[in-house]
Amino acid sequence: MNNVKKRKDPLIRISKRDVPVWWKSLIIRVVAVAFALVACAGLIVIISDYNPLDVFKTMIEGNFGTERKIWNLLQNTALLLCISLAVTPAFKMKFWNLGAEGQALIGALSTAACMIYLGDKLPSPVLILVMLVVSILSGMIWAVLPAIFKAKFNTNESLFTLMMNYVATQLVLYCITFWENPKGSNTVGIINFDSESGWLPALFDQKYLLNILIVTVITVIMYIYLKYSKHGYEISVVGESENTARYIGINVKKVIIRTVLVSGAVCGITGFLLVSGTHHTITADTVGGQGFTAIMVSWLAKFNPFVMAGVSFLITFLERGAGEIATILRLNQSVAAIMQGIILFFIIGSDFFINYKINFRSSKKEGHK
Amino acid sequence: MKKILALLLAVVMVFALAACGGNNNDEAKDDFKVGFIFLHDENSTYDKNFMDAAAAVQKELGLTDEQVLYKSNIPESNECYEAALELVDAGCDVIFGDSFGFESHLLKAAKEHPEVQFCHATGTNAKTAGLANYHNAFASIYEGRYLAGIAAGMKLNEMIKEGKFTAEEAKMGYVGAFPYAEVISGFSSFYLGAKSVCPTVTMEVKYTNSWFDIAAEKEAAQALIQSGCKLISQHADSEGAPKACEEKGIPNIAYNINTSSIGPNTAIISSKISWEPYMKLMIESVMNGKEIPVDYTGTLATGSVQLTELNEKVAAEGTQAALDAAAEKLKNGEIHVFDTSTFTVGGKTLDENTLADVIPDANYEADTKVVSDGYYHESEYRSAPYFFVVIDGITGVIPE
Repeated sequence: MNNVKKRKDPLIRISKRDVPVWWKSLIIRVVAVAFALVACAGLIVIISDYNPLDVFKTMIEGNFGTERKIWNLLQNTALLLCISLAVTPAFKMKFWNLGAEGQALIGALSTAACMIYLGDKLPSPVLILVMLVVSILSGMIWAVLPAIFKAKFNTNESLFTLMMNYVATQLVLYCITFWENPKGSNTVGIINFDSESGWLPALFDQKYLLNILIVTVITVIMYIYLKYSKHGYEISVVGESENTARYIGINVKKVIIRTVLVSGAVCGITGFLLVSGTHHTITADTVGGQGFTAIMVSWLAKFNPFVMAGVSFLITFLERGAGEIATILRLNQSVAAIMQGIILFFIIGSDFFINYKINFRSSKKEGHK
Repeated sequence: MKKILALLLAVVMVFALAACGGNNNDEAKDDFKVGFIFLHDENSTYDKNFMDAAAAVQKELGLTDEQVLYKSNIPESNECYEAALELVDAGCDVIFGDSFGFESHLLKAAKEHPEVQFCHATGTNAKTAGLANYHNAFASIYEGRYLAGIAAGMKLNEMIKEGKFTAEEAKMGYVGAFPYAEVISGFSSFYLGAKSVCPTVTMEVKYTNSWFDIAAEKEAAQALIQSGCKLISQHADSEGAPKACEEKGIPNIAYNINTSSIGPNTAIISSKISWEPYMKLMIESVMNGKEIPVDYTGTLATGSVQLTELNEKVAAEGTQAALDAAAEKLKNGEIHVFDTSTFTVGGKTLDENTLADVIPDANYEADTKVVSDGYYHESEYRSAPYFFVVIDGITGVIPE
């Protein structure tokens, strides 16, 4: 008895929580975002004499201040969501695809190539269809190469997909030297500026509406695919345990390759939407790191496409708000990047508190004696 | 449960505070606004030059910080277009972009917003784009480089006289960004300036293929020094080359900034574009409802082309007087930088049928006759440079 009494509990003990109730985790996330905003406001107050309350006001104005800003918010949310949807099937299967960035970029590159080489040869609707097909195919190729190697030679898919990103970036840089316009700018400039050939058309005068609708459709399809289709079921089983999957007669290699093809295809569509629907140009930064943010979105949403829409919206909102603050305060745009870092840190950190509980050494037990 | 309630309350409070964040907007005295889009920030000498001019004009015209909006570190991509639209949303009446690669993105924004004026430095399309609200501007910086070249030639002469090397060994090195007309026009005028006082001078060019790469510019300068260059100049945006020169004790002529703090013992002078005259013209035109020139070329005479303070410690004796005299002659047209009697191309003098690519087109066709009255008319048919000629005496102009 004495022995037990002498052993002290550690001051802080971390234990795993049971499966958290949805509203509890929601509260933790909301609190994390609130903390992140407070930290950002603190940063702004330290480096300028701006009123911290104005920081929040500016964030809201930066997203909802004008009609264009609201459309931009929705459009950027849609594109982040699209690439998040793309990474989800593979992740659910525990195939660590870190190559969404490259897969989307290669989709963007092939879209741009079609616009440049076929822009004056095909009527725009046909061209757009060709672009869509080519971008999907190229995204699939970029994704399936690591999958084949994984299935055949058991290579490490994280490293392989990660390296494919660099290959895609270099390919884009290489192509830019051919497509440079005007000469001397080292950029491609806006493709088909006058003819607008291969540009996704504006619906009801809203240039981004079509993008948003396409992504909405993909979201619903992805939800049904993952939740109600046989494929979706197979993905979950392979993700939980490959041996179980094999035991119940699932062809694991086939499922892996098929699922990765789906991921690659949706990445390709993201690249297509970025170039044809939004940027009308190509740079090495066209995807702009969204391929990596998407991984986070997918995980935070626990692979649920509708929750992903919410997370994408939140991240887009916060990023845009940070950018607005930098402009209004005439601060360097790097400040926006710092704030984004702070926000993401808190959001990711909140996952820890959802899954784990921190127990402080309580004095009550000692009182029991 | 209590804890959760407390947390909830805390969150609600934060948002409530956010929502009622004060309405203490300063009453706008004047609703005029101007927006600037910069490729980098003040760490780039190229952008700093624009930012300094914007700040000076803001002060001179008495504009408040709310009236002058900055967007810095904007890449030459869709982000430029988005930045321009942000500035339109913020109520800007005129928007200025400082980088060549911004052009098509600014054109896209200009097309969608005819009520806002767009001014683009170094661009080429304003004359042919057919948009009333889109304008280009540049400066005849070749005049400044020519003068800087005179300072370089005099320094070479001094070193020859001191017996440091022979007249035949007088070779200069030039670190260029890309083999483009702007760069070629710049170093050709620099070379001609030096040649006008030191006839035996030759020059070697090395490109970094980047506008801003400290390491590459430094390495290129070191390689040029290694290959026997006695003086270095550059057309790239970092302090890489001046630093390499200071380390090796080689005289340097810079561009856009005064480098005498980086190279107190080697920096001679810099040529520089001052954007103040143009920015002032642009802002005042819009404020007074006047048209902004479609394609504006600032010159020595307008104060757009300048030289920084001469570093007397390094420069040859009498340099300042020579520069003043030459500047005066350039201004009144007594001498011309690209006087066809002062240089040859492949052993021949340029004749009046010489063509240059002035009108932008997909195939970069040379379309305009640019030689008349005995000189090459640079920056006259269009503000952005189009001089794309390989002058005898300069090596490495077109890299293999």
